[in-house]
Amino acid sequence: MEQLAQQLVNGLALGSIYALIALGYTMVYGIIQLINFAHGDVYMVGAYVGYFCMVHLKLGFVESLVIAMAVCTVLGVVIERVAYKPLRKSTRIAVLITAIGVSLLLEYTMMFFVGADTRTYGVLPPFMEQSFQFGGVLVSMKQIIIVGISVLLMVVLQYIVRRTKIGKAMRAVSQDADAARLMGISVDNTISFTFAIGSALAGAAGVLVGVYYNAINPLMGLLPGLKAFVAAVFGGIGLIPGALLGGYFIGASETLVAGYWSSLYTDAVVFAILILVLVFKPTGLLGKNVREKV
Amino acid sequence: MLEIKDLGVSFGGITALKGISLSVNDGEIVTLIGANGAGKTTTLRTVSGLIKPRAGHVLVDGKDITRMSAQARVKRGLVQVPEGRRVFPQMSVLENLELGAHLRKDSKAVATDLDEVFTRFPRLADRRKQHAGTLSGGEQQMLAIGRALMSRPRILLLDEPSMGLAPLLVQEIFSIVSEINATGTTVLLVEQNANMALQIADRGYVLETGRIVLSGTAAELTSTDEVKRAYLGG
Repeated sequence: MEQLAQQLVNGLALGSIYALIALGYTMVYGIIQLINFAHGDVYMVGAYVGYFCMVHLKLGFVESLVIAMAVCTVLGVVIERVAYKPLRKSTRIAVLITAIGVSLLLEYTMMFFVGADTRTYGVLPPFMEQSFQFGGVLVSMKQIIIVGISVLLMVVLQYIVRRTKIGKAMRAVSQDADAARLMGISVDNTISFTFAIGSALAGAAGVLVGVYYNAINPLMGLLPGLKAFVAAVFGGIGLIPGALLGGYFIGASETLVAGYWSSLYTDAVVFAILILVLVFKPTGLLGKNVREKV
Repeated sequence: MLEIKDLGVSFGGITALKGISLSVNDGEIVTLIGANGAGKTTTLRTVSGLIKPRAGHVLVDGKDITRMSAQARVKRGLVQVPEGRRVFPQMSVLENLELGAHLRKDSKAVATDLDEVFTRFPRLADRRKQHAGTLSGGEQQMLAIGRALMSRPRILLLDEPSMGLAPLLVQEIFSIVSEINATGTTVLLVEQNANMALQIADRGYVLETGRIVLSGTAAELTSTDEVKRAYLGG
């Protein structure tokens, strides 16, 4: 029982990170039907910016987090403007391949500058190293911070998407881009904004992972990126609540598999989930079969 | 007020419009009638900026807007109610209407206009929290018109508002269009239902395979043999 509770706590922390990354995948897919395979690498860049701020500039955790999010916001918008926007009228496969190209470009550019070695965030402020015992379940301060910040960002995101003008424009463009144009909505700006938000969340996830596992490298975005993609598909790609559900589900499955079976099998289980979802419910858990518009 | 000069449009080698010209004067209802595939929707989509023409010009108040973005045209008061309504299905009635006012900053006037739309379409007021996708066809058409009114159009471009609606609802929609026109909004109305369109229009144009073949006042067109035979069922 304690073992189960412990693994669920661990899963909650890991799931928060997957959920943050999955949100960017799903929002971009919702608006331009692109699986942005470079998204995991934006998360990696976020982790490095956080590392640079905390280790070299000796900034605090919160400042570093904010700077990493800001840098990733800009990076996301630049990627969209330079790599994807010129292909707006091309086939989907052309954009998809471009996304893979951008992904490799980010990974190996980073490797060129910082080397392939794993880096550590080093010694964290003492308050972040605390942990608490709740009846046999160990909860670390890092886990509390990860879950707390993730939930806060999700609430802010929900507010933006539901209540603000730009959020409503985002939803309008994702439902009917031409009709949105007729409302005077700038579709290009709305797409940029979507990349900005998604990338900011990925940047935050990068810093949180750097703090949590204390190890980062230029290829770290690959696997979590794919898993977050699985999470987005699991919940129903294009749906924000689906990405949250998927993120936490994948996080929990991983820690449970690691806890009760072997950590060697976590990746296999995650991708088996992807296959099962694609076979039995391709639209994802919350997805509905989309009716053709008349 | 709105002028189209020698407009030519083609898609991938197929010519949809072969140089059409028409004008809409301030305060008029002008209708563009024609069969399926004649190029009516293409004309409206080019006027609202969703399609870039191969040749010709679109002018509003004498100013050439041919190269302007769709967004800039909405700012100038050129607002389209698209074919098939195209409401945002997963958003509430209220949110759809708010999106109509997307470019406006005068939030007080927007609130007044919202009340006006709800007064004009009481059925929308009852369903303001409902998703637009769950509305009936007639209600969606009302929402699409209401949404366009929220941007305070000077020229309203209506594409097939009667499509798929029961005759009684068509009557209702057309009388609403007349009312909107009476409050000072100029209307360009594209219709297959020539009978209804000519009843409320001041003038009309007949479009056939990308060309304007006839034009005149609504009364003239109604009494023309060709129009009677081809479009009015007699």
